Amino acid sequence: MELFVQSLVSGLLLGGLYAAVGVGLSLVFGIMGLTNIAHGCLMILSSFFIMVFARHMSGSVVAAFILTVLVMCVIGALLQGVLINRVLAKGPEPALLVTFGVAIVIWNVLQLIFGADFKSIPSPMASVNAVNTRWVVISGEYLFNFAVSAALILVLHLVIQKTLFGRAIRAAASNVVAAELMGINTGRTYIYIMCLALATGSVGGLLVGQTFGFYSYSGMSYLIIAFGVVVIGGMGSIIGTLLGGVILGVAQLLGAYFFGSGVQILVGYLTLLTLLTLRPRGLLGNMTRE
Amino acid sequence: MNDNGLLTVESLNVDYGDFRAIHDVSMCFPKGAIISVIGSNGAGKSTLLNAIMGVNKARSGRVFFEGDDITGLRTSSIVAKGISMSPEGSSVFENMSVYENLVLGAFLPGPRKKRDILLERAYELFPPLKEKAKQQATFLSGGQRQMLAIARALMSEPKLLICDEISLGLAPVVVSDIYSRITDVNETGVTVVLVEQEVKRSLDYSDYSYVLVKGRVVMGGLSDELDEKEVKDAYFGINQYA
Repeated sequence: MELFVQSLVSGLLLGGLYAAVGVGLSLVFGIMGLTNIAHGCLMILSSFFIMVFARHMSGSVVAAFILTVLVMCVIGALLQGVLINRVLAKGPEPALLVTFGVAIVIWNVLQLIFGADFKSIPSPMASVNAVNTRWVVISGEYLFNFAVSAALILVLHLVIQKTLFGRAIRAAASNVVAAELMGINTGRTYIYIMCLALATGSVGGLLVGQTFGFYSYSGMSYLIIAFGVVVIGGMGSIIGTLLGGVILGVAQLLGAYFFGSGVQILVGYLTLLTLLTLRPRGLLGNMTRE
Repeated sequence: MNDNGLLTVESLNVDYGDFRAIHDVSMCFPKGAIISVIGSNGAGKSTLLNAIMGVNKARSGRVFFEGDDITGLRTSSIVAKGISMSPEGSSVFENMSVYENLVLGAFLPGPRKKRDILLERAYELFPPLKEKAKQQATFLSGGQRQMLAIARALMSEPKLLICDEISLGLAPVVVSDIYSRITDVNETGVTVVLVEQEVKRSLDYSDYSYVLVKGRVVMGGLSDELDEKEVKDAYFGINQYA
C-alpha cells in the first residue's frame, strides 16, 4: 500500500515535469498549426547551454538559466523569422519537414561538439527530501519540478486569457486574415510564440537536466513524451498540458507498480492510445485552429 | 468623378491560378463619400476587396491610399494606414466575448490609448452590443454579429471603412437599421465602401456606385444619375456586358 501511494504521488510530480516538456509544443501547435518536430532537440540544446554557461559562471545555475532563456529566444526568433514563417504560408506539412531538418541538425551538432556521453546539470536539491513519512517520501527536486511547472503553466494561461497580447495570439490562432484585419502582424506574433515556446522549453531543459541528465540525442525521446502530454491534454490547451502530464506520469508509475518497471513506458503509451480512442480531441482541446 | 480620391485603384488584375478574377479594374473612392460596389455572386467583389486589403496578391496594377502606394503591403500595415474592413460573413472571433472582439479592434497603438472612449462610442452606435458585452460571440444573432463586425472595424478609427455584404442573410428591417447606423458613421467623416448584391438599396444609400460584372467594372458614377433598371440589366447580364 505504501508503495502504491508512493507511485501515485511520484507520478503526479513527474507529470509536472512532463507538462513543462510539452507546453511549448502545445503552444506552437495550437497557435500556428505547426507540429514542431525540433521541440525536444531544442529543449536538450537548452540543457547543454545551461550546463556550459554554469561552468563559465562559477557554477551559478540560475544565472546560466536566465542567459539560456535569452539565447533560446534569439534562436526562436531566427528559426521562426528566417525559416518557418517563409514555408508556413504553403501549409503545415512543409514547415513540419523544416522542423524535422532542424532537429537532425541540432542533434548532430551537439553530438559533434559534446560527444555521446551522459551529461547533467548540478542540482542543489538532489539529495534533500521535502517530505519523509511512513507513507510517502517526496524529494525536494521532484517537488521543485512540479511547483515550477505548475507556476509556468498558470502564468502562461493567464497571459493568454487575460492580456491584450494573449487575445492577439488567440485571434491569430482562430483566423489569420481576421487577425491581420485587426492590425495584428501575425508573422511577428508567430515569432513571439516561438520565443515563448523555447523559453518554456528551457524550463523543461533545466528540470530534465537536473533530474534525469541527458545525452546529445535525448531530444527525440522527449519529443515523444511531449506528444503524449499534448495529445492527452488536448492540442493547444495550456491547462490541458498539466493535466496530460499528470495523467502520463501517473500512468507510467502505476504501470511500474502493477506490472514492473520494464513496462512503465509501454503502460504510459497504452493509456495515451486508450484516451485518444475515447476522446480524439484530447481532454481539454479548445484553442485549436478553425 | 473626383480625381483626388481617398483611395484609388489603377488597372488592377487579380488571378486565381490560370483564372483571371479581376480584369483591369480602376476605381476612385472620394473622401467623405459613401461608395457602393454592386455585383452578383461571383462577380469578384470579395476578390477585389481582398486585393485592396493585401489578403490576395494582385497580378498587376496599383492601389493608392492618400497618395501612398499600398500595393503589396501586409494586411496589418494597410489597416495601420487607416483602412478597416468588416469581412464577408462577419467573421467575428467566435470563442471570444463581444468585449474582447472590440478590444482587438483597437489593437493598434493609436486606438489602444483611447480604447475606453472608442468602446463607449461603439456601444452607443449599436446598443445591443453593450447588453451582450460579456457573452461569447458564438451566441449572437446574425444581425448582432454584423453589428459586432462593423463596430470592431470602427475601433481602429479608420479613415475608410469597407463593409463586405452586410445584408447577406439578414432580415430587411435589421439591414435598414444597420445601414442607417452606417450613414451616421459616414457623417462623422468616415469614408464608407458598401459592397452589396442588392441594387436598389445600394443606389439609395450611396453617393457613388460601381457595377462589377465578371470581374470588370461595367458602370460607374453618381448613384443618383445611375438608372436602376440599367444597373439591373447590366447586373443580370441582359445587355452587351454579358
